[in-house]
Amino acid sequence: MAKKQVDGEGLDIPDRIHALPVKRTGPVVAAVIVALLAAMLVQGLVTNPRFEWNIVWKYLFNENVLEGIGYTLLLTVISMVVAIILSVILAIMRKSINPVLRGVSWFFIWFFRGTPVYTQLVFWGLFSVLVPKLSLGIPFTSVTFWSIDSSTIITAFNAAWIGLALNEAAYLSEIVRAGLEAVDPGQTEAAKALGMKRSLIMRRIILPQAMRIIIPPTGNETIGMLKTTSLVLAVPFTLELQFATNAIANRIYKPIPLLLVACIWYLLITSILMVIQSRLEKHFGKGFEARSIVAEDNGDQQLDGPVAVSETKKDRIARGNNVKMIGLNA
Amino acid sequence: MSDQTATDTAFPQQTSSQQHDELTTQHTTPAVEAIGVHKAFGHLHVLKGIDMTVMPGTVTVILGPSGSGKSTFLRLINQLETLTGGEIRVDGEMIGFKKVEHKGQEVLQTMNDKEIAAQRSKLGMVFQRFNLFPHMTALENVMEAPVHVKHMGKSEARELAVAELQRVGLGQRLDYYPSQLSGGQQQRVAIARALAMKPEIMLFDEPTSALDPELVGEVLSVMRQLADEGMTMIVVTHEIGFAREVADQVVFMDGGVVVEHGGPEIIDHPSEPRFKDFLQHVL
Repeated sequence: MAKKQVDGEGLDIPDRIHALPVKRTGPVVAAVIVALLAAMLVQGLVTNPRFEWNIVWKYLFNENVLEGIGYTLLLTVISMVVAIILSVILAIMRKSINPVLRGVSWFFIWFFRGTPVYTQLVFWGLFSVLVPKLSLGIPFTSVTFWSIDSSTIITAFNAAWIGLALNEAAYLSEIVRAGLEAVDPGQTEAAKALGMKRSLIMRRIILPQAMRIIIPPTGNETIGMLKTTSLVLAVPFTLELQFATNAIANRIYKPIPLLLVACIWYLLITSILMVIQSRLEKHFGKGFEARSIVAEDNGDQQLDGPVAVSETKKDRIARGNNVKMIGLNA
Repeated sequence: MSDQTATDTAFPQQTSSQQHDELTTQHTTPAVEAIGVHKAFGHLHVLKGIDMTVMPGTVTVILGPSGSGKSTFLRLINQLETLTGGEIRVDGEMIGFKKVEHKGQEVLQTMNDKEIAAQRSKLGMVFQRFNLFPHMTALENVMEAPVHVKHMGKSEARELAVAELQRVGLGQRLDYYPSQLSGGQQQRVAIARALAMKPEIMLFDEPTSALDPELVGEVLSVMRQLADEGMTMIVVTHEIGFAREVADQVVFMDGGVVVEHGGPEIIDHPSEPRFKDFLQHVL
């Protein structure tokens, strides 16, 4: 962290107190114990021959492993994007004044949350067997305008992300609903009083505020999804990271080093996702954390006073907000 | 402005009459008229037959103990609650319902979202707890409705918003978020936000009740200025001084009914014992 700020720095404070801090032994004791344990762990990891680090390094950037990472990321991103869009729609439907939409949303969540994702993935894998042809026509008649083999649309890859996304949407929609419900009802009233319609209120007022609440658990879900992608072998889709490392392990009879390879990559990707999450939290937290640590100038403008906002003041607000953010993040 | 309002308020049977008559009509049509208004929440009978007439350009102050139904009445005017009985007219037009033919009979039908939004456009409302949008700066708060409801251009809306914020003395706080403003400043932004929609009538629901005592004055002075400019206002408040000074009409409500109403002089010479009792406790 940056240099520690001293209260009242640069101010003329008589008899400024320069006291020694409270003596705390707890942190020191804890640091010694943790350091000891960490050293033991590192020593064990490095010197234990069964981890076979040379194999780990050899396969860390293996072509199949890298391809696996690519597919894992692709599956995570596609299924999360689809799931987020779907979940917002489901959550808004759930709160609709239209009882049919409410019912549909309830049913979707009931079904996709109520059955195991593994089972759902198996079913999506079998889709082209269960429903060989997809066609567009008049239901309950033999009239069709257009039809196609299911297997050309529901490929293993598509089945994988569809299965993951639908299941995830059911979970996420409850998170989104909680976020929507956490926004003060006074916000809706104020927006209504300004003549805004329901859809506009949702889009401009409620959702942006709900995002602040929705993002942390969604970040959690995304990290969960990163690892849930390994279940797509149920489809079966076999190109993602877990399966790729497993395949190598089975081929060379070295399961442990390849599990380590997978772990290293999962950890790395999770770390990157965490950085993205904290950026998003900052973005949607604007206005909420901006406490008036900069409102020191109470030079409130007189009625009919000048308009211009001086650059310096603007900068100071920005700087204040920034300081606050850093503080929160540390 | 005048002919715009005149055509808006003209009744169908009066469309053929001359402009002079229409202008007269404008003066005689109450801005808000409540006729036998009842409101119940479940089994709780909150309003028990409220009659009230608010003329354009006047200030009506509603006083009363908490739980007397005065906030509910204000919220009914702005359709944040739905009427249970009676009728409210804004600018001569019945709100919330329209008369339709149903099985050969004239019945009331609830208005849809769009129709209600249109009726609300005549009214501006200020809330006890400000209800500013916390994710937007003061300027963005004021610009929001002009841009997204009236579809005004961004630069035009910005000009308007700056002017409104200046009017409430916050021209130097444009880029502050609500959390960076004091309660009094937040309430003034809320007033500017309502004014930016150019309402004909302003409703104030205990605008100073959530403020620290030293911040009440700045909000009241903005409201006083608004009254001086001829804005039609209905104010629910506990500020007796403001009522005495600014009100054209004072209404005292208790237990869901209007106990006493009249000019501001009734504050100093109340005739109903319940009003007397209330004033003694407040003053």
